[in-house]
Amino acid sequence: MAKKNPTKLASASTRVEELMTGTTVFNVPLPQDLKRLKTMSPIVIKHPYLVEYIHSYGQDSPFFAGLSNGKLLGTRCRKCNYTYATPRLACVTCGRETEWVELPQEGRVHTFTTCYFGSEEFLKETPFHLVLVEFDGVDTLFLSRLLGPERPEDIRIGMKVKARFRRNSQLKPTDVYFVPGE
Amino acid sequence: MRPVYMVSGGVSKFEKARPDATFQKMVKESFDYAMNDVPRLKRHMIDGSVVSYFSDHFTRQLMAGIMATDYLGLCPKPNKRVEGGGATGGLCFQAAWEAVASGRMNVCAAYGFETMSHVPTWKGNEFIALASDVNFDYPVGGFYSGYYAMMVNRHMHEFGTTVEQLAMVSVKNHMNAYFNPYAQKRRKLTIADVRDSEMVAYPLTLLDICVMSDGAATCLLADEETAFRLTDRPVRITGVGTGTDMMRMSDRPHGEVILAPNEKKSDYRKLKYPGVHSFRAGRSAGLQAYRMAGITDPIREIDFVELHDAYTSSEIQTYEDLALCKYGGGGKFVEEGHPFMPQIDYGLKLKKRGTIPVNPSGGLIACGHPVGATGLMQAVFAFWQIQGSIRKHYGDGELQLAKANRGLIHSHAGTGTYVTVSILERGW
Repeated sequence: MAKKNPTKLASASTRVEELMTGTTVFNVPLPQDLKRLKTMSPIVIKHPYLVEYIHSYGQDSPFFAGLSNGKLLGTRCRKCNYTYATPRLACVTCGRETEWVELPQEGRVHTFTTCYFGSEEFLKETPFHLVLVEFDGVDTLFLSRLLGPERPEDIRIGMKVKARFRRNSQLKPTDVYFVPGE
Repeated sequence: MRPVYMVSGGVSKFEKARPDATFQKMVKESFDYAMNDVPRLKRHMIDGSVVSYFSDHFTRQLMAGIMATDYLGLCPKPNKRVEGGGATGGLCFQAAWEAVASGRMNVCAAYGFETMSHVPTWKGNEFIALASDVNFDYPVGGFYSGYYAMMVNRHMHEFGTTVEQLAMVSVKNHMNAYFNPYAQKRRKLTIADVRDSEMVAYPLTLLDICVMSDGAATCLLADEETAFRLTDRPVRITGVGTGTDMMRMSDRPHGEVILAPNEKKSDYRKLKYPGVHSFRAGRSAGLQAYRMAGITDPIREIDFVELHDAYTSSEIQTYEDLALCKYGGGGKFVEEGHPFMPQIDYGLKLKKRGTIPVNPSGGLIACGHPVGATGLMQAVFAFWQIQGSIRKHYGDGELQLAKANRGLIHSHAGTGTYVTVSILERGW
């Protein structure tokens, strides 16, 4: 007699993890009859696609020098009186060259998310919080990570945050991150 | 400029992976389908072509465009590649329109493809995230779902949009796709299914986000005289618009709303625009296309929309950009039922169903998003809708709208960096 509620041993999603490893194969068989070739399974090979890339920060370089010295640098157009939190050396409104200025290190969360997945490069760091930070007297926002709150429910738009810096600079925009302020 | 018509289209069914075919063969499948649908068009009558694919990383084949072109036997005629992130297909469609409108060509073929299965999903997300500033944005944790999640959190804060309203978009598009054999994901879902699926980037779940695909699509465009020689049901392209915005969404201004013809300044006394909650490029593209097509009241003058729903949230944001409702009204717009199909049962209580069906095909969320093909796929599905030939091409007439004289297609890149809008109308 069948049990009323048989224990479920496997669901449709029960699967072994797919791996990107495989076996080295040097030759495959070919049928005598060439007419059969159109029904042949595709041959799929794997090969590496890696490069050491030389990337210059160019005119943005002072921003990274600033981070390694515990300073957050933006730029300002003196003519338009417009301050960019993420630096750009040319004003988008008037086209003039902008000046480097130091930004405040305290701001507010303009918006946020918590990434539970991510690009392969950052997958091992998930979950992490991304925030766009707004500063008083600054016209644009700044993308950074927020450390401290555990869950997205613990983050509020408008909450105060302050900048912290890595002691050992990696010369990456992640040399600065934010934590909840007072 | 002279009038331009679409005379045929074809789609190579979008799949998670097509190991049986290279990109050339997928393009050929869509091209052959389009050619077979207008037997009077012979290949020698095609004056040139435009080809689109987004990422050289996915393809790992530079100049793949010419390889698709030579496979189709269209050498030595003119051809060029068009690329602009997620809007690649929409830009390709408009490039073909330009070739015919200018008089340079009488018949121009536009085809596009993407082969995203060649890397695992999270490597694919990395390739896509490289379409964000690699000095300042990508290294912080580059992930497009994260970027869109930040935008929708601000949208929710600004306007009170809810996650259930986002989920309704997913239910709608997956259900529409249930009747579209070209779709990659054909599923009957509930709001609870969407909310209970895996969280990807708060508040967006797996079912709020489109998937990666292999696939190709082709559109054939012609001048008026040729179009009517080829088919008795050509579809006229009466408006095109293209908008842009700054790559880094953190750089977007907080200024005044660009007003649509059916809006006034007093509608938006306090709103800072576009900020990160709205797409200025989408609004700009829409208004250009409306002006060219003579549209002043889009919701009354357009019968259906195929828009770039890479995320459920961006579909809601786009209702507003296209002035189908006021800024801030996108959540209510879907909740009330306006973008649902009138004839389909979604298992939802909807007050006003089918005012303007959005993504009758199932959109990117359900059909898939092989980037370089997507904008062209939308054009093909809109073309069949206007021709009234959905039953012929889908083998099922469930998705055919009773009134489909004028449709809008919308293709969208980055965090709203390139957006194209084109208006297609019954031409006969």
